[in-house]
Amino acid sequence: MSKALLYDATLCIGCKACEQACADHNKLPYTTAIGAEEKQSDHKYTVVLTKGEHFMRRLCMNCLDPACASVCPVGALRKTSAGPVIYEEGRCMGCRYCMAACPFGVPKYEWGKVLPRVRKCTMCPDRVAAGQPTACAEACPTGATKFGERDELIAEARQRIHDNPEKYLDHIYGLTEVGGTSVLLLSGVAFEQFGYRAELPGDPLPMLTYRVLSRIPDIIPLGGVLLGGVWWITHRRKEVAAAEGPRNNAQNGTSKRRRDEE
Amino acid sequence: MKSKLTFWKVVFVILMAAGIYATFVRFTRGLGPTTNLTDQFPWGIWVGFDVLCGVMLAAGGFTLTAAVHIFNLKRLQPIVRPTVLTAFLGYLLVSVALMFDLGRPYRIWHPLIMRNPHSVMFEVAYCVMLYTTVLALEFSPIVLERFHLHRAMKIIHGAVIPLVIIGVLLSTLHQSSLGSLYLIMPEKLHPFWYSPLLPVFFFISAIAVGLAMTIFESSLSSKYFGRELEIGILRELGRVLAVVLCVYAVLRFEDLFHRGVLGKMLQPSYEMTLVWLELALALIVPLALLSVPKIRNSANGLYVAAVMVLLGFITNRLNVSITGLESSAGVHYIPRWTELAITVAITASGLAVFSLAVKYLPIFPVPEARTVPSTREAVIPVPVLDNAGD
Ligand code: SF4
Ligand code: SF4
Repeated sequence: MSKALLYDATLCIGCKACEQACADHNKLPYTTAIGAEEKQSDHKYTVVLTKGEHFMRRLCMNCLDPACASVCPVGALRKTSAGPVIYEEGRCMGCRYCMAACPFGVPKYEWGKVLPRVRKCTMCPDRVAAGQPTACAEACPTGATKFGERDELIAEARQRIHDNPEKYLDHIYGLTEVGGTSVLLLSGVAFEQFGYRAELPGDPLPMLTYRVLSRIPDIIPLGGVLLGGVWWITHRRKEVAAAEGPRNNAQNGTSKRRRDEE
Repeated sequence: MKSKLTFWKVVFVILMAAGIYATFVRFTRGLGPTTNLTDQFPWGIWVGFDVLCGVMLAAGGFTLTAAVHIFNLKRLQPIVRPTVLTAFLGYLLVSVALMFDLGRPYRIWHPLIMRNPHSVMFEVAYCVMLYTTVLALEFSPIVLERFHLHRAMKIIHGAVIPLVIIGVLLSTLHQSSLGSLYLIMPEKLHPFWYSPLLPVFFFISAIAVGLAMTIFESSLSSKYFGRELEIGILRELGRVLAVVLCVYAVLRFEDLFHRGVLGKMLQPSYEMTLVWLELALALIVPLALLSVPKIRNSANGLYVAAVMVLLGFITNRLNVSITGLESSAGVHYIPRWTELAITVAITASGLAVFSLAVKYLPIFPVPEARTVPSTREAVIPVPVLDNAGD
């Protein structure tokens, strides 16, 4: 079964303990200045956004069928069965297609480095493999970020909405978005306010390219036969022309002679 | 004449110096200080122009070899060599540009052993690699001829039909796949350009551009090398170009109509200006020009129409890869001067290599050109069309 995170914005107090824990686990610097930065970057994989009295976390959604992994030509990004979408930096050639493709704008690049890497939250794959919760979930003092089985978290999210319909939007973000994600969000205010796209398709994005790519094995033999056939037909026309007329040949002869004389 | 040459040499040296400086910055300090790329806008002019437009402008190679060797339009033979040379150089330049754009260019070979067949970029990488090899083989007889290696030439000549077929298939795949690259961004690319038909549009426009490039090159080479195509061939190309543009236009408008975005094209916006600029340059003006017999039948008229088509589809590629993504990214991307300097230097060195090749290799068949009409009458049954529009 696959693990997931449930973030409930109504329980969040904006203490940013998750940011600190994330930085520590990924060996990134964390200062007051970095804590104040309100965007994900190559040195900050998760961020707690504040709008008035509302909070919202941003992090890699660790999609069930991730666009980033499907587009990566060298398979540097990969969805693991445990849940995390991991990055093998030794494979990455830096084409940045993952950044262009991710519907949540998550992967960041080390633009300032000569040998840059893609940076993003990878849902603590080492901890998850060891049966531990992610660093952020462990650090959260209120249980706003909760780690568990995806199915169970969905059931719990449904229950919370059911018990307090006036507190929540009737929307578990990540349940169906782009085919579902391993990070699920609950909120009392619109997700768009915090940069989450509202109208994402319910089908996984990789389907859009797969539909086209899967035709290639058919196109190659078909196209080959078609082109060969056209060549065969046009070539035969020439054979016929050559065999048919002494008249034509005579013409050829004269024109050839003419050419020779030139 | 001499002073003009030195003038261009000076310009060339200045451009190359700027390019070398920018290259130095790129490889010693990284992408950040060299480009205006950001996390919000990870692909810029090197992808949009150097790669997308570069591959598109090299489409003459497969269009023309297919016409000559598969469809047996032998009267186009005299321009096969310059076109194949352009295509070959084009793909080499695309690879050079990639070395600048990739964050870790020394891993450019990784797709060879680390495969993800679900990735469009993986497919493009393979096709481009294989097709560059095919082009090298198609081009090799010219070099072999120069050095009188007739045995080797014979071998290549024997394989020419399979080579051309493989080349056309590979081109079909990667020309269209460059459009498929953007299929995964339905929520990012502006609806004027995002369409499930992107691969089809990229493919058809590659054919149009291939034809336009051939007309364009013929005119340029007549200007600078005194060697041009017969007007009859140009007219024929012009007609095919008009038909291809019509097909593209119908499909494009049908698609815009069915996706319900035609209305938006009348409401002023940044994208509206760009989409009409693109459509005017690529379709409306060239089709209007080509519909006038007097223009369609004159070398100058065809040249102007071809240049419009080229500019129009360059605009199209830039719209898809850059401007059409700006509003969803919430940023305006304007390339930094070092980015432009590298693009310009790559292009300039391509032109320089082309003119050197023309000088030292038998690219333009000067004397034969005049005898083509006589062989053509015997072989091709359709030259009747030639002056039908007069
Ligand atoms: S949110 Fe983006 S980076 Fe994270 S798994 Fe999904 S597609 Fe990949
Ligand atoms: S930048 Fe790296 S991880 Fe991202 S798609 Fe390219 S090769 Fe894959």
